[in-house]
Amino acid sequence: MAKIIDDETIENVCILAKLALTEEEKEKAKADMQKMLDYVDKLDELDTEAVEPLTHIFGSDNVFRDDVVTNGDCRKEMLANAPKAREWQYQVPKTIG
Amino acid sequence: MKQYETVIGLEVHVELATKTKIFCGCSTEFGGAPNTHTCPVCTGMPGSLPVLNRQVVEFALKAGIAANCRINQYCRFDRKNYFYPDNPQNYQISQLYLPICQDGWVEIETSAGKKKIRIHEMHMEEDAGKLIHDEWEDCSLVDYNRSGVPLIEIVSEPDMRSAEEVIAYLEKLRCMMQYLGVSDCKLQEGSMRADVNLSVREVGSETFGTRTEMKNLNSFKAIARAIDGERERQIELLEMGRAVVQETRRWDDNKESSHAMRSKEDAKDYRYFPDPDLLPVHISDEWIARLKASQPELREEKQQRYQEEYGLSAYDAGLLTESRILSEKYEETADLCGNPKKAANWFMVEVLRLMKDRGLEPEQVTFTPGHLADLIQMVERKEVSAQNAKKVFEKVFEEDIDPVSYIEEHGLKIVEDTGLLEETLQKILEENPGPLQELLGGKEKVFGFFVGKMMKELKGKASPDAVREALTKEIEKRK
Ligand SMILES: [Zn+2]
Repeated sequence: MAKIIDDETIENVCILAKLALTEEEKEKAKADMQKMLDYVDKLDELDTEAVEPLTHIFGSDNVFRDDVVTNGDCRKEMLANAPKAREWQYQVPKTIG
Repeated sequence: MKQYETVIGLEVHVELATKTKIFCGCSTEFGGAPNTHTCPVCTGMPGSLPVLNRQVVEFALKAGIAANCRINQYCRFDRKNYFYPDNPQNYQISQLYLPICQDGWVEIETSAGKKKIRIHEMHMEEDAGKLIHDEWEDCSLVDYNRSGVPLIEIVSEPDMRSAEEVIAYLEKLRCMMQYLGVSDCKLQEGSMRADVNLSVREVGSETFGTRTEMKNLNSFKAIARAIDGERERQIELLEMGRAVVQETRRWDDNKESSHAMRSKEDAKDYRYFPDPDLLPVHISDEWIARLKASQPELREEKQQRYQEEYGLSAYDAGLLTESRILSEKYEETADLCGNPKKAANWFMVEVLRLMKDRGLEPEQVTFTPGHLADLIQMVERKEVSAQNAKKVFEKVFEEDIDPVSYIEEHGLKIVEDTGLLEETLQKILEENPGPLQELLGGKEKVFGFFVGKMMKELKGKASPDAVREALTKEIEKRK
């Protein structure tokens, strides 16, 4: 049986995902997430005893790069992506660091 | 009052000495202007893809092998999810399920003797950016130069019982990493950081108490103070019949106290999952064998060898091997001058004294070992006095001058050959009959004239002292 998505769970998910949902949106999200869990429940019916867990769909591994500096100073381009910048830094709301 | 025992486990972050970041070709150099070492990968731009730096795997393996770990020959990266502005991807790439190294140990030595500290695991991960609070604008500013710098996190078992053991363990790790060339482990630059997990329990108890985690410890002194402070705080709570709350606490070294971090910062629900952008790493037997064969001599082995080969005491061998860089300089000097004990004395007395006086780190000591070796040999051959040799060494230490020519040029060389001195003296006196008469007549000023002539003639083969002595004797004789 899938876990029931209750109010407490949706509250916690909102905190972790930094989402501010209205009561209406919460109800909708609850129903959606319940559907997802029910689907996983369906998959659980399969016998996967002899199947290795799969994390990557590509057969290859050991893709490396050499330890060589290839990037220069491109802070101008990088900071152009920032909604707010100051003194060559990304400006964000006050955060206790 | 009951007797309490402190139980401590450490999470140590060590910044690896690679040239580039773990997943991109940005430089890891310390102290660059804000955001000059950033790219789409290490600032978490959508669509950018990380590619693993091979050197990071090599360094992690070297550290794991040195700490007697089992290597997970199939390992993977996982995403640790949390929102914080120092983390531009909103997840940190780390290893949870299959860390590269597990189940190792290192041996520490304290006043109570030797002890093994077990290592639970070592895993590879990326560092975060740096947040600075802007007082004027009441906002925070982020510099992502550190974002993506490779780290290994070394997680110990809760095997330590005192601040002394913790410091010994940290010093052991630092020395090991420096010898391996894996990290410079500078606490003040943040390339070695420790989080302390601490709980107390009654002596004799088998179960652990509730532990707290302390962060923001950036010096050995701060760590020792934080451990003592937290131990007392927890004992006080228990004595009052209250419970210790499992939480993360931030140590404030200025106030010498810690405070609990807000629970939101402490949300421990990281929803780890395998990173689909990074392919698994397979570490072959050959790879491990190659690294094992190329492991450098570590401090303990060096210490042993110094005692056996050089005949040094355990204490001296210990002191000389504290820093790999200095020990290498010492060895070269010892081998070149052929007198390991004399070389050891020079290092332990003069080199360490000058370093302390000038506040230098081992890597800032730049003199050529051959120069000290020459000086040691000259002292041994009695070509320069011990006192003068110390002065000359200061020049070697500071400017790396060639002591042989310096001693010649400054007339510091002692002439064993008194025949030459005597011969020169007679010649000079003969050539200057006028001044000689004046000197014999008691005109002391002329004494300097003769010393000068002698020094010039001898071209520094005699010390001014030896010349003065010979001249005084001769004048006494002739009076
Ligand atoms: Zn980058």
